[in-house]
Amino acid sequence: MKETKIFEKPKSMIDVTTHYCPGCTHGVAHRLVAEVIDELQIQERTVAVAPVGCSVFLYNYINVDSYEAAHGRAPAVASACKRLLPDSVVFSYQGDGDLASIGMAEIVHAANRGEKITVIFINNAIYGMTGGQMAPTTLVGQKATTCPLGRDPKLAGYPIRMCEMLATLQAPAYITRVSVAKPKYTIKAKEALTKAFQTQIEGKGFSFVEILSTCPTNWGLRPVDATNWLEEHMMPEFPLGVFKTPE
Amino acid sequence: MGKRFLMKGNEALAEAAIHAGCKYFFGYPITPQNEIPEYMSKKLPEIGGVYLQAESEVAAVNMIFGAAGTGKRVMTSSSSPGISLMSEGISYIAGAELPCVLMNVMRGGPGLGGILPSQSDYFQATRGGGHGDYRLLVLAPSTVQEAVDLTMLAFDLAEKYRNPVMVLADGFMGQMMEAVEFRETRAEGLPDPAEWAVGYMKQRGSRALIKSLYLDPEELEAHNWKLQAKYAQMAQHETRFESYLVDDSEILIAAYGTVARIARTAINELRGEGVKVGLFRPITLFPFPYEPLENLPASVRQILTVEMSCGQMVEDVRLAVGKERPVSMYGRVGGMTPSVDEIKDQVRKALGR
Repeated sequence: MKETKIFEKPKSMIDVTTHYCPGCTHGVAHRLVAEVIDELQIQERTVAVAPVGCSVFLYNYINVDSYEAAHGRAPAVASACKRLLPDSVVFSYQGDGDLASIGMAEIVHAANRGEKITVIFINNAIYGMTGGQMAPTTLVGQKATTCPLGRDPKLAGYPIRMCEMLATLQAPAYITRVSVAKPKYTIKAKEALTKAFQTQIEGKGFSFVEILSTCPTNWGLRPVDATNWLEEHMMPEFPLGVFKTPE
Repeated sequence: MGKRFLMKGNEALAEAAIHAGCKYFFGYPITPQNEIPEYMSKKLPEIGGVYLQAESEVAAVNMIFGAAGTGKRVMTSSSSPGISLMSEGISYIAGAELPCVLMNVMRGGPGLGGILPSQSDYFQATRGGGHGDYRLLVLAPSTVQEAVDLTMLAFDLAEKYRNPVMVLADGFMGQMMEAVEFRETRAEGLPDPAEWAVGYMKQRGSRALIKSLYLDPEELEAHNWKLQAKYAQMAQHETRFESYLVDDSEILIAAYGTVARIARTAINELRGEGVKVGLFRPITLFPFPYEPLENLPASVRQILTVEMSCGQMVEDVRLAVGKERPVSMYGRVGGMTPSVDEIKDQVRKALGR
């Protein structure tokens, strides 16, 4: 009988078990990135910049030239690398604490300079690695270990919408928000990632893909419930869509 | 002798870096070193390089991290408060073993301090500044010509050891004008970045990984001992100093940078009066030249350290000479400078004359 392989691990993905919790969507996001790298045939010229947070070990799973940046500074590292190696394809992969809190200056200015890099922003509305503290994207009323009664906007302000904020800038080329909580969203997320990398490869400028993600462990939910919670609570606050697109 | 140029110290530092093959500069404005980024912003685009003004020193040093990871010659410059902001990033650069050159044109502190020359960042430069057991190679020029020569050497040393190298100048050196010559030198046998840097995956057949995280304590300990072995190599091969009229001296002045220059004038004048005084000038502050200070001629009975700080290098001088000889210290701070007369008075006082 002739066998036809219809599904396999992306070539750019390292064949190991990830350290992510059950139901965490980092693994899905990693896989999508690796698939896009394979499909665009850019593995040997791609450079990844990992953040501080759960995905600090990005480089254990995606087999490309990689940096491990200081907390929040990935866009600065990526900007310099891309400027020195203009033919490379440089992306940073950052969580919400890394990008929207400690690294706010670096992301805004990299976007504003129109750096020809791709930023993948994992928004799960909580600090994962440190154990569930409040993030800048934590929803109003959402409980976290540092807001045990739920986020109170009088004390902690409101969730920051990064796509909307960055879209006010003139320089960025492509800004979009997607999700990987369910397959119907995941298919669109991959399209967005492909477009983001293409935007960079074609020299059109800065591309930014926010991926709404789950953190069942720190949300205190079962994996399936977490995907539903994301749809019900995160999507109204962080609407999916394209905020800027290259002409 | 080659062609000489009359240049402001900061511009000479920048031009020296370009002569050393540095085409990439990332920085953030701060007085008194702004001529360096200004010079780079004009020159680097002309030679196909990159000048990028960062949004902060924090971003600048992380741009250096990213740029240095490509194995190309990269640098930043700043002044004291800016170096404080960069210190976290410098620790990461040292931990990831990346080569780069950092210039610190020191001004007075603490805090916002002032903008006038100072040497109060000796501890920061030689003892870390950032976290963890790391060391910078620290080069301390005393003239603009030496600043040029040491800047060019700094790039070679950074590559040789895959370690950040700091050129520690002060506001005087940045602002004064002197005639300088750019002598083309480049060490041979430096490591090939293709062996470790990003951008060579196809050529190398495997990817590069630029990182400083080792969660396994045994691995992190091994990484630390590897770094320490490198620092020991630096101490063995890169220690530099200058001795001036030491052999018959009763008293030695220990000073570095601009202060050493002022001390030299004081020494010449005192020698004219028959006072047997000499100069010991560390050129590398890390590695510090302990050994020559441990083995001084018997005639040397005491040491006077003069610094534009409240007493920082004096601790290394004391470490070197131990209890063998008394060590005293004279400092002016906050942008105030020890004068020739003040230094002469201090020498006379130390000798009981």
